[in-house]
Amino acid sequence: MKYTSQMVAKPYFIFALILLAGEIVFGLGMGIQYLYGDFLFPAIPFNVMRMVHTNLLIVLLLFGFMGATYYLIPEESERELWSPLLAKITFWVFAAAGVATILGYLLVPYATLAESIANSFWPTMGREFLEQPTITKVGIVFVVLSYILNTTMTVIKGRKTTISVLLLTGLFGLAFFFLFAFYVPNNLVMDKFFWWFVVHLWVEATWELILGALLAFVLIKTTGVDREHIDKWLYLIIAMTLISGLAGTGHHFFYIGAPGYWLWIGSIASAAEPIPFFLMILFAFNMAKNRRIQHNNKIALTWAKGTAVVGFLGAGVWGFLHTLAPINYYTHGTQLTAAHGHLSFFGAYVMICFTMISYAMPILRGRPHGNGPKSQKVELTSFWMMVIGMIGLTLALTAAGIMQIEMQRLPDSAHALGFMETQAAIKTVYAVRLAFGVIVLAGLFTYFYSFFVKEAK
Amino acid sequence: MTERITKNMARNIYFGGGLFAILLFTGLTVDTVQKIPKLSHDDKITESVALGKKVWENNNCVGCHTIMGEGAYYAPELGNAFPRLAAGDEQAFKTYLAGWMAAQPLQTPNRRKMPQFNLTPEQVNNLADFLIWTSRVNNQEWPPNIKG
Repeated sequence: MKYTSQMVAKPYFIFALILLAGEIVFGLGMGIQYLYGDFLFPAIPFNVMRMVHTNLLIVLLLFGFMGATYYLIPEESERELWSPLLAKITFWVFAAAGVATILGYLLVPYATLAESIANSFWPTMGREFLEQPTITKVGIVFVVLSYILNTTMTVIKGRKTTISVLLLTGLFGLAFFFLFAFYVPNNLVMDKFFWWFVVHLWVEATWELILGALLAFVLIKTTGVDREHIDKWLYLIIAMTLISGLAGTGHHFFYIGAPGYWLWIGSIASAAEPIPFFLMILFAFNMAKNRRIQHNNKIALTWAKGTAVVGFLGAGVWGFLHTLAPINYYTHGTQLTAAHGHLSFFGAYVMICFTMISYAMPILRGRPHGNGPKSQKVELTSFWMMVIGMIGLTLALTAAGIMQIEMQRLPDSAHALGFMETQAAIKTVYAVRLAFGVIVLAGLFTYFYSFFVKEAK
Repeated sequence: MTERITKNMARNIYFGGGLFAILLFTGLTVDTVQKIPKLSHDDKITESVALGKKVWENNNCVGCHTIMGEGAYYAPELGNAFPRLAAGDEQAFKTYLAGWMAAQPLQTPNRRKMPQFNLTPEQVNNLADFLIWTSRVNNQEWPPNIKG
């Protein structure tokens, strides 16, 4: 560790990992409800489980990005963080607000939360992924502003690199597009249209910039490849991200009441969305091949390559599967969407957090050359358990989606099965999905264990 | 391929391409915002429809159901609930919905469970009006068939 203020990253990383465990546990809970509808009902109905599952994911990724930024920015800027104290305060405020919101979901009926003072003054609740009470959303804005302020001031006062400028661009984009979460018109179509400005333009535009910056940082550190070379790749990746990703938002506008031209624009632009992810694979493997140093933290580079590959599979391949309008006509709102959602969030965003944690945590714990070989071996096992678990879960959801389309969507109205009958017919596949989910959780616990492995002296 | 591209070329592609993408997307957004009112029959959004949307949101219906294909995949699509459950008869739909909401949760063992939301008759009526309005949105003839 070159700068003592990088230490503030540590609680962010640890808390992100704890939230990830919670996220997976609630995911398994839903997996069980898919098979046994009475499980934990009415204590925790499905909608509450799902809200906890998805909100924990979003919050843990934000914690991961913040921790990663606070670790990376001092090193890139070649100076201490502008205000370590602000970063510490932000951590506790965000953690407290996050925990309070999740407890609210679990302990208070949702309608009661919705009638609370702040939300009835400016209602923003009850929309997918943006279920948070208005007061929590305001809190998120302050947390993000403090995060941006700290990062910007550090960059301004220090060395400016492509990585740090790119990261900042992503952060400003993230903050700007979140503001659409506060716009809830009475017209459902308008509501849906701008809802995607938060959801799509986070995960398929601004977050991809952050992802690119974090990936490039770890690759520089673990391969020693020249910055000039890395910068060129970065620019190409983010150029393709913006060119395909912005108009690519159109693939969400096909069947929600937006004009018909989106069928063409959304199909064409989003067909190019796999390109930046493919470039990331070339980037990662090219850098690994041309490496100039043999870093002892081999597992960090494994995570980096894994992020590129699984991100491409989940976001690129599984996204392309149903991104063309004529295909999406049949797949829209089926388990195929869930399959894509799971592998893309895991491959691109959860794995980049693992990459950063895997690289930075040993250094923060006083091991500049990475964990010992025994610990890295355990971590490699956990890597494969989680990756195989997630791919298996995705394949199961894909099979479920295809069966759903075959039974419920393709036949005409007289011959198609109803929703509930179709779901009953694909129950076995949901059991397979649950089994792979258990492997993911076991993988995460194995990962936790790697932190405590004792090396022979 | 990348040997022929210099860092400056890559940067220009980023700034040029990014700016083009932003302008294109902004232009299309402006156009879409002008077209949505007609496509969705904005003039038919009565006070009851607006209140119904609040009932929909305040009870997190989208946490289990999809509406025009968006939401969770645990429970049936509701964007076309009106034609599917009542064949387009408003009174029949309202009677059906009131009965359905009152009967939750159904006692069938291990069937997926819908909670009891304790809605007032007024709220159920609003919700029905909201779903009726939604079913009439011009959304490229989706879903493929009546099953949703």
